[in-house]
Amino acid sequence: MSNEIAILGVGMHPWGKWGHNFVQYGVAAAREALQDANVPWQDVKFVSGGATVRCGYPGYVAGATFAQALGWQGAEVNTSYAACASGSQALAAARNKILAGGCDVALVVGADTTPKGFLAPAGGYRPEDPDWVRFYLGITNPTYFALYARRRMDLYGDTLDDFAAVKVKNSRIGSKNPRARYRKCFTAEDVAASAMVADPLRLMDICATSDGGAALIVSSVEYAQRIGKGDAPRVAAISTTTPTFASSVVEMPDIATDSAAAAGVEAHAFRSTLPLKAYEEAGIGPEDVDLAEVYDLSTALELDWIEDLRLAPRGEAAALLRAGDTAIGGKIPVNVSGGLACFGEAVPAQALAQICELTWQLRGEAGDRQVAGARVGITANQGLFGHGSSVIVKR
Amino acid sequence: MSDKPLAPAIEGWHTMEVKPHLIGTQCKECGSYFFPKNTAYCRNPACDSTEFSEVELSRTGHIWSYTNACYKPPEPFVATDPFKPYAIAAVQLEKEQMVVLGQVIEGVECEQLKVGMPVELVLEALHETDDDIKMTWKWKPVTR
Repeated sequence: MSNEIAILGVGMHPWGKWGHNFVQYGVAAAREALQDANVPWQDVKFVSGGATVRCGYPGYVAGATFAQALGWQGAEVNTSYAACASGSQALAAARNKILAGGCDVALVVGADTTPKGFLAPAGGYRPEDPDWVRFYLGITNPTYFALYARRRMDLYGDTLDDFAAVKVKNSRIGSKNPRARYRKCFTAEDVAASAMVADPLRLMDICATSDGGAALIVSSVEYAQRIGKGDAPRVAAISTTTPTFASSVVEMPDIATDSAAAAGVEAHAFRSTLPLKAYEEAGIGPEDVDLAEVYDLSTALELDWIEDLRLAPRGEAAALLRAGDTAIGGKIPVNVSGGLACFGEAVPAQALAQICELTWQLRGEAGDRQVAGARVGITANQGLFGHGSSVIVKR
Repeated sequence: MSDKPLAPAIEGWHTMEVKPHLIGTQCKECGSYFFPKNTAYCRNPACDSTEFSEVELSRTGHIWSYTNACYKPPEPFVATDPFKPYAIAAVQLEKEQMVVLGQVIEGVECEQLKVGMPVELVLEALHETDDDIKMTWKWKPVTR
């Protein structure tokens, strides 16, 4: 397939609160990926970095920062910012470069050091900025996750026990992941005993923010074959689509949705349209997927994504969970890395970390977390204002 | 609460009547509504209009979903001391076919809310400054 690229190597710096500069994590991840690929750094001709912005300071010029840290060797650079989907956009840029014949091998890297406390907007009186408006009105990130969770409860009958079961499942498998930050096997009682943050979500239903780094070495299929890695896992599809007007689910940081009042305009739920392009591009369907790594900002959101990726009919993800089918050994294991529940968000790195996990799984190298016979994996991530990413990796 | 004058927390986003309305805009070409106001370019991909009318949005709707804030949000939110948790609702407006977020009035808790419940728009204090009381829109369950 002409649109595919090979994943020659992957690497991660363990997630945690290490307190170092983000560059250190990215360099560690990149070096591990280079070693895993057995490709010399000098052969990398394109460095694509996932970026983030802190407190209005656009100083995380990730592509160039990592190229410099690894040692300038004349590679071209790119930097992509798409909030939590940054890593997928950086991967898309590398894929375009490779498929256009601009290079054989590229490094895709993302890393972050998360500041302490809330991520708050710049001050002043700035009602033209939706992020300022929603914080002024008392609407934080967990507000949005909780609105989606409560809707599941009222519409589909999901329960607090279901949400806790997602945390228990992810912590159990994540405890076997040496790169995860939280490796304790939490119980439903632990979740129930944690403080309510945004009803119905408790502290342990919501993911933390972490330091971490992830990197991929990707190449043309021809290059992979040339160095004897023709059977390496491949990126089969990347969807970074925006919503379709009228986007009908209120998304961070907006305080209102589009209006679907105009003639000929229909309401669209964004998350469920995002994977369509990925499936189409890969030429496969949800029934072909062996495992998924999804963006579990909250336990309930994992259930939304399972339905958005069409791995279960709408409203039936909790039934799949209750049957044990989203756990390892089940029909469609979800977040066998442990997910954000065990890692926490490291914004520019997390979309790449998902691909690292899928790569290990597809190579059969995931150890205690191995999904038997995994051949196809899919990811889901969300950016701001409802854009996002979904990547399919297959072998 | 003091006897300071009442002022909108954000100027021009809602009327100040007892039965207030949010103020949005409507595209003169395709009829799409916008809140907050959009006066520069229509965001309907099938419409390139730059002409808008200022309109008062429906002041009643149905709850799309709801939650609360148990912890004090960061600035620019101005919190009372001690912090008082409040409920939040996302409300579907029928005519405009859009969902608008807002706090729920003081004294109403999540246990009293339900998806699909009818609510109406009211004004309530968001916070107080040295000069005035900043008012904002909040959703209130419609009592029959």
